[in-house]
Amino acid sequence: MKFAYYPGCSLRGTGRAYEESLLAVFRALDIELEELDDWNCCGATTYMSVDELTSYALAGRNLALAERKRQDIVAPCAACYLVLNKTQHYMEDYPEIKLTVTRALAAIGLTYDNHVRVRHPLDILLNDVGLKAIAAKVKRPLKGLKVAPYYGCQIVRPYSTFDDQRNPTSMDRLLEACGAKMVHYSLKTRCCGGSQKGTLPEIGLDLIHYLLSEAHKYGAEAIATVCPLCQFNLESFQKESGDRHHPISIPVVYFSQLLALALGAPANKIGLQRSLVPIGSVLAEKEIAYA
Amino acid sequence: MRDLHGWPDPGPIRIGVYVCHCGANIAGTVDVRAISEYAASLPGVAVSRDYKYMCSDPGQALIKDDIASHDLNRVVVASCSPLLHELTFRRALNAAGINPFFLQMVNIREHVSWVHLDKRAATEKTQALIRAAVRRVSLHKPLQKRRVPINPNVLVVGGGIAGIHAALTLADAGKQVHLVEREPTIGGHMAMFDKTFPTLDCAACILTPKMTAVGSHPNIALRTYSEVVQVDGYIGNYKVKIKRKPRYIIDELCLGCQECIAACVYKEGKAPDEFNLGLSKRKPVYLPFPQAVPQKVVIDPETCIEFKSGKCKKTCIEACGERKAIDFKQKETFEEIEVGAIILATGFKTFAPVRNPNCGYGRYQNVYTSLEVERLINASGPTSGEVVLRDGKRPHSVGIIHCVGSRDANTNRWCSKVCCMYSLKLAHLVKERTGAEVFNFYIDMRTPGKGYEEFYDRLLDEGVHFVRGRVAEVSDWAVHPSEEGKLVIRAEDTLAGFVRRIPVDMVILSVGLEPQADAQDVRRLFNISCSSEGWFLERHPKLAPVSTFTEGVFIAGACQGPKDIPESVAQAGAAAAEALALIDAQFVEMEPYTASVLEEECSGCKSCIPLCPYQAIAFLEDKKKASVNEVLCKGCGTCVAGCPSGSIQQNFFEDEEIFAEIEGVLSYA
Amino acid sequence: MPDLHTELARPQAVFEPRIVAFFCNWCTYLAADLAGTSRMKYAPNVRVVRLMCSGRVDPQFVLAAFAGGADGVLIGGCHPGDCHYQEGNYKTLRRFRLLQRMLRQMGIEYERCRLEWISAAEGDRVRTVINDMVEKVRVLGPLDLKLPEELVETILSEEVAV
Repeated sequence: MKFAYYPGCSLRGTGRAYEESLLAVFRALDIELEELDDWNCCGATTYMSVDELTSYALAGRNLALAERKRQDIVAPCAACYLVLNKTQHYMEDYPEIKLTVTRALAAIGLTYDNHVRVRHPLDILLNDVGLKAIAAKVKRPLKGLKVAPYYGCQIVRPYSTFDDQRNPTSMDRLLEACGAKMVHYSLKTRCCGGSQKGTLPEIGLDLIHYLLSEAHKYGAEAIATVCPLCQFNLESFQKESGDRHHPISIPVVYFSQLLALALGAPANKIGLQRSLVPIGSVLAEKEIAYA
Repeated sequence: MRDLHGWPDPGPIRIGVYVCHCGANIAGTVDVRAISEYAASLPGVAVSRDYKYMCSDPGQALIKDDIASHDLNRVVVASCSPLLHELTFRRALNAAGINPFFLQMVNIREHVSWVHLDKRAATEKTQALIRAAVRRVSLHKPLQKRRVPINPNVLVVGGGIAGIHAALTLADAGKQVHLVEREPTIGGHMAMFDKTFPTLDCAACILTPKMTAVGSHPNIALRTYSEVVQVDGYIGNYKVKIKRKPRYIIDELCLGCQECIAACVYKEGKAPDEFNLGLSKRKPVYLPFPQAVPQKVVIDPETCIEFKSGKCKKTCIEACGERKAIDFKQKETFEEIEVGAIILATGFKTFAPVRNPNCGYGRYQNVYTSLEVERLINASGPTSGEVVLRDGKRPHSVGIIHCVGSRDANTNRWCSKVCCMYSLKLAHLVKERTGAEVFNFYIDMRTPGKGYEEFYDRLLDEGVHFVRGRVAEVSDWAVHPSEEGKLVIRAEDTLAGFVRRIPVDMVILSVGLEPQADAQDVRRLFNISCSSEGWFLERHPKLAPVSTFTEGVFIAGACQGPKDIPESVAQAGAAAAEALALIDAQFVEMEPYTASVLEEECSGCKSCIPLCPYQAIAFLEDKKKASVNEVLCKGCGTCVAGCPSGSIQQNFFEDEEIFAEIEGVLSYA
Repeated sequence: MPDLHTELARPQAVFEPRIVAFFCNWCTYLAADLAGTSRMKYAPNVRVVRLMCSGRVDPQFVLAAFAGGADGVLIGGCHPGDCHYQEGNYKTLRRFRLLQRMLRQMGIEYERCRLEWISAAEGDRVRTVINDMVEKVRVLGPLDLKLPEELVETILSEEVAV
């Protein structure tokens, strides 16, 4: 199994813990990754709002680069995943967009003919590797660690190729295979506010608060996320949202960090030290050794 | 321009040409006098006239008199569309003693005088059309409409209210009816309802007398737990094969005493009860519901120990005693019947709300479908008529969500017609039983029937709350303490102009109606069409709602499209009437436009056989030639056009006739 | 001596195409009737031959029409899926594709032979299709099929099956 690895800007920035832990997971499962040579920023959601056609060309360049080696792309960041997928879909559905992107790519000597699939790590882990194979490689079972599985919106809407749009379960099943216990969580795909915390702070804080308090209500000992911005929002503003509503402190980790832990990766190499709300005491309580 | 053939010698052909003025409709644009004179100049034309109204009695008399006095043997009428009066003039010819198919009509009204402004061009075009008609009619051959006898028996497929009503109507008229129903009992969806809108009549009270009448009617052969597996033949002469699934009970011996059920080794039911939609359990031997017709039990081999292990004590056989009605060795049987007409009344299924993830069905336990709530409300349902939640508690607040699986681009676009009314009905009944606060979330309120709008008014008076807004989400996530432990329905109240969160104990989904899961298979079996949504296709949406394009097959009830009980009954009556009209005519006349193979010229290439949509062409193995079954042939002519050796001809549309028409329209400059 | 002004004022002789149309009884013919009852107006260049189904249209009819002097041929049938005889129009479509290529090889342009799906409710479409086709064929000019007389005779002859 080999994929073109597209980290995107966030996995080299605030999402470093995601990259570290995900690479550890893929290593442990013998999945080969080759970083996409000379990849560029996908433009995320912001560029698309500013200059739509150019943003498709921007994202399209990465698709064209991957197509040169006929490799499928794994895009862990939810925004990158969505933008790349959207670009593919829109090029297929709208001839004008396809024409613009094709011309832009041609100007730099590239072509793209829709031979690349953009995959999410959850998809690859669940469907290509399989739960049985993963469960067999668990070295540090998560001993019933109570987790609220938070997917955010971008990996399930509008395109939901590998999971349900309202009640996804891919992450639930992966973490359960590692011994964790999912708590009842109706807000799995509810918006975290995205960049609203910056533009409309009260609204952003409210949205963050709802997600935290619901996880807390059902006894979650940690929230597992798939998106760097969701992780950032939920972790970084616990104090601010606590001031506005009531204080809640709960570790917010990437699902890949829990997976990496379970698969036996060295605990100091999966970015846990980057957490603002450390999970160490919870793990110690549960006697999930990670030293 | 070219007139390559010259005009063939008309020989004994004597044509009468009649050009109609149609008042000023034609004469105002086309120079009818000039046309009449022109026609008179054509070879073979013995008489040529123009007249104000050819379709009138004097107009027709003109033709008949001329036929007699001028010894005419062909007639051309240039007037309105043949689709209007071809039959009229054919009858005139028949009355005058010549074959009605010696007529050719020319459409110079709808196709000429009404659509062209330039009189000269219109008249010129008319001359070309007249010329074509005169050339063509010379080649017409005498034809007879075919008569096919009709078997007076009728097959009704589906034992819901529509099938029941159709069967009773036909049986009362003295016809033998075969009623086939796939469930172990008749009754359909109506048997599951508690009350019917808007009168709140008890559904069972009005249905069971009809069910009983069916069960005891001497003219109805009832076959439940049976399915049609093969249909052959054509109008008036259908051969149908019916498969009877094994009940493992000998029908004639079972009295419906149900002692076997009481004696079953299962002390309690373990299998989900289908009639109660899984809300209760049943034993492997069961009666679908108390008023089932026929009153005979069924054994389900999937859940019966005897079938699984062969080692059951079989207390049921013991309890049955001397009647000996249980037979574990029973096999499925097949039967062939012959009927003249078929009525399909196979009904509908409800939308499966798991397809609509926002409404929380299957995710939150207190989200129910409307049909499930009908069972709860029903006194003989799983909770003896108590409207209670899964934990047995009564709801204090209930939300009813309209249009689940209807009017939705993501699932079904159509409006299912009955849901607004049944949602109002459920609102009333639930409120009555529980005293709860009831909220109906709707897009539009569709209450068009008799007494329906008044029923809505009544609900408004009863204090049911109505929120006009499409429900976005049902969730158990509580923002406010008052929402804890409840299901929160989120919808934009479009009349008030803000988004509401309404916490309720129970959510009822008004699921839409859909075609049955096997509608496509069934329609292919009976050779009818479906609309793009999957409903059986009627011959004409306005004027022929119960007949199909396959003659002799009729449709009635919800299988044709969502509708309520009175409409289903009306359609069932209509279908029965049309079937009766067919049967009582004792024979049916078919247009003679059929194809036939000129055996000497057929090379046996079989090119024609797959072309026929009615499988009307057979290959005669002994002669190695194709042969058209005249009764199955519908007269489309596709095989005629496809035959490489030109050895199939179509009556009234022979190659020579068409070529003559082509030459005619072109040979005038 | 003819008056120059009168001569110039007289409209030039405009080429009027002659088009033969084969309409199916259940859809297109009904649509044409509807156009009539609605009093829509369109060009008088089309002569309709009525058939039960567009599936009855034998390619020989089309050839006969062109050989007989038609400048264009129009075939009208029900929309796919709506054929009164279930599938006749699909057969028409198949034959038509092949026929067009054959006609092209004979020097008859694509626009001269046209297949249109017109349902019984589409009276207006009859009008627009006919007007459109007349104009297109007018631009193409008269069909000048230089077929030898004997070949035309043979095509129109009733004895030969092509």
